[in-house]
Amino acid sequence: MSNIGTAGAPDRAPQEDFRTPLKRARGLGSGKTGTGHWWWQRVTAVLLVLLVPWLVGLLVSLVGVDFEAARHIVARPWNAIPLAAFVIAAFWHAKLGMQVVIEDYVHTRWVEVALQLLVTFLCVIAALASLYALGRIAMTVASFNA
Amino acid sequence: MATRERAQTRPLSPHLQVYRWQITMTMSILHRVSGVALTVGALGLAWWLLALAAGGDQYAHAAALIASPVGLVLLFGFSLSLVYHLLNGLRHLMWDMGWGYDIPEIYRSGWAVAVLTVVFTVAIWFAAFGSHA
Repeated sequence: MSNIGTAGAPDRAPQEDFRTPLKRARGLGSGKTGTGHWWWQRVTAVLLVLLVPWLVGLLVSLVGVDFEAARHIVARPWNAIPLAAFVIAAFWHAKLGMQVVIEDYVHTRWVEVALQLLVTFLCVIAALASLYALGRIAMTVASFNA
Repeated sequence: MATRERAQTRPLSPHLQVYRWQITMTMSILHRVSGVALTVGALGLAWWLLALAAGGDQYAHAAALIASPVGLVLLFGFSLSLVYHLLNGLRHLMWDMGWGYDIPEIYRSGWAVAVLTVVFTVAIWFAAFGSHA
């Protein structure tokens, strides 16, 4: 995760604390999440390696298809369920990646925190909205089928 | 404190201004750029799904926007970013398993990703629109 709560305030006056930054950081553990960020970035990456080629095939098959037919194709369980898995994995992976980009390039503290919150909220809301849309498509298409 | 001021003004690594161009640095920065682009693209996919859920008029509106010149340019950028990030991501996963770490192998896999990105992106657009053109 981000470096919120880094050991020892960096702007502390030197006469208050003569320890080196390393000495202040030692013994505090891993910043609480350890390898979690790295690991989940890889887990979602492997999932996306499997799902992206399938998604590209699905989207290509939808070119030039009208509204009703597109709904029927997306509503099929073997399309709707992998699509749901894709949006979860994709927005999770996006959040983890954007977090690192922001940590690396945005050095004004309040801007960085604001951007991290914005990215997190956007990814969560977009994932939930996608799942809502998929659910609505999957559950309303049956009536067109009849 | 003098040392602190110096610490803030001295140039930081990786000293990009003194490096000659290498494919590795280009692939690395493009991985980030394509990742940011794909985040925006994923928001576009969510918007498209919502339009498909909302109804025929909304879907027709979304489809018309995608088929507009600006929409097609964005869609092309999305497909290019997707193929590149997927292929270069496989390169990263390969490195995570300890494979392909020698410099000649890293250069070779980098060029392979660059060439395959173009090939696959063209193939996708041909599959999507080749028969309609």
